[in-house]
Amino acid sequence: MSRYRVLSLLLASVPFVAICFSVPLWDRVYPLVLGLPFNLAWLIVWIPLTTLCMAGVYRLQKRAENGRSSSPEKDASR
Amino acid sequence: MKPSVVAMTIIFGTILVGAVTGMYAGFRRQMNLEQWAVAGRGFGLILVWLLMAGEIYTTFAFLGASGWAYSRGGPTLYIIAYLSLAYVVSYFILPRIWEVGHRFALHTQSDFFRQRYGSTPLAALVAVVGVLFIIPYLQLQLTGLGIIVQVASFDAVSRSMAITIAFVIVAVFVLASGIRAVAWVSVLKDSLMLIAAFSIGIGVPYYYFGGIKPMFAALIQAKAAHLTMPGSTTTMGHAWYISTVLLTSMGFYMWPHAFGSAFSAKSGDTLRRNAVIMPLYGITLPLLFFAGFAAILVTPGLKNGDMALLSTVRSTFSPWFLGMVGGAGALTAMVPAAILILTAGTLFAKNFFRPLFAPAMSDDAVARLAKAMVVVITAVAMYFAIFSSSTLVGLLLFAYSGVTQFFPGVVLGLFWKRTTAPGVAAGIITGVGAGMALVFTKHDPYMGLNAGFIALCLNAAVTVIVSLATLAQPDGFAEQLEKAAGAEFVS
Repeated sequence: MSRYRVLSLLLASVPFVAICFSVPLWDRVYPLVLGLPFNLAWLIVWIPLTTLCMAGVYRLQKRAENGRSSSPEKDASR
Repeated sequence: MKPSVVAMTIIFGTILVGAVTGMYAGFRRQMNLEQWAVAGRGFGLILVWLLMAGEIYTTFAFLGASGWAYSRGGPTLYIIAYLSLAYVVSYFILPRIWEVGHRFALHTQSDFFRQRYGSTPLAALVAVVGVLFIIPYLQLQLTGLGIIVQVASFDAVSRSMAITIAFVIVAVFVLASGIRAVAWVSVLKDSLMLIAAFSIGIGVPYYYFGGIKPMFAALIQAKAAHLTMPGSTTTMGHAWYISTVLLTSMGFYMWPHAFGSAFSAKSGDTLRRNAVIMPLYGITLPLLFFAGFAAILVTPGLKNGDMALLSTVRSTFSPWFLGMVGGAGALTAMVPAAILILTAGTLFAKNFFRPLFAPAMSDDAVARLAKAMVVVITAVAMYFAIFSSSTLVGLLLFAYSGVTQFFPGVVLGLFWKRTTAPGVAAGIITGVGAGMALVFTKHDPYMGLNAGFIALCLNAAVTVIVSLATLAQPDGFAEQLEKAAGAEFVS
């Protein structure tokens, strides 16, 4: 796997860790955030953050594609 | 006028407007909401956002999510999580599915399996499992529509009568306007749903508690444990949450209709950009949680939690508003029901019946069979809707435990050359069998985990083991695709 592949998969796994696997860490009522229970507020905050992570993944992909078309020998070693 | 008459009149008025809009739109150019979202052709960014945001208010979200927030509490948060993560998964698999579909001119999910694995029986298995699990999803729409009729009639209409009315509405809608109508009706329903969600999610807490903050303060004082997992259940803790989020985010695009929609995208890149943007449209989903939570204090003691949102509307707002919400909710159930029914009918006739039993059947005969199946499938869903007491969310989770079983066959098929037809078939049969065995013997959740997720793990293991023990498809599908799309495979 190329370096960009590894990086994109890492970046895409951030939302999975933050809103799925780490649930025991943030599933509580306190501290309240703007009056909302902490778990609900955490998930709401991670909606835009998920898009941010995926925008990063998209940029990585675009960069890799541009690199590929400008230097074909890199393509072979991928 | 009696309040029930006002509410019912407005509901049926809205349905009529929706149906007429649909039939009128049928004559005009077809539209695709997701394409507007990306290109924004002629529409302002805000309008596009409003329409897309309205799309997330399905019957499942509107009545089901608020209903579970009311009756289950904390575990319902899985819905916010999986609707974001499903798009993260889609970013990596949909462009590749599109590539295959584009290269080989595929239309249905079953076509994809036939092309990848060169096996008609496997493709037929996929079609029939797809149809089987569309039925509970359809049942969800009919049940939701029934709840709307029941609440808006101020309980004058019984549950089974209400569901029968729902059946008639849906069947007529499908046969009269069909799938072409769907996009235009969406514009109407999305605007109404968005108004409803904001009025209820913010209006109700303000009306009774003076705001969302004081509403949660009152709720924490009354039953704080309801707000975290396992909420008001005994079995839906953190392990259930994680396994359910994984199951549903992987299964989101395994729905036959959603999978098929990937083929019609403009390019793989469109699908990638969609995946980046789509999670943002879920940002108004918490409004439904506010509504469900507020209902705990406003209309306590409901036997059926799925009625929480509408019962709160009924006891808070005037009947015409109940009618508007009900009308929007009705369209929200009808549009996806139409898509589901038409997908299921086509899958049954084209990908299951013809290849297995009547290879000589003409295309016209297939179309007639598909139309006949519309009535059969809807009637089966109606039967289950009348005699089942599942919650709306429970129904969708059950359906997910079935459709997600396609995931190993799709993903391994896209990324691992050695995957074989016997491997995938054995995996799907194991997964569906294990999932149903656990659910029907009341072992869901099993050892704290979602039963569908356990079934999915067994399925993946069986797919890999049987694939290694059998020979891969000899005609070099992987090589063809590699050449066409420059796609990399793991050997």
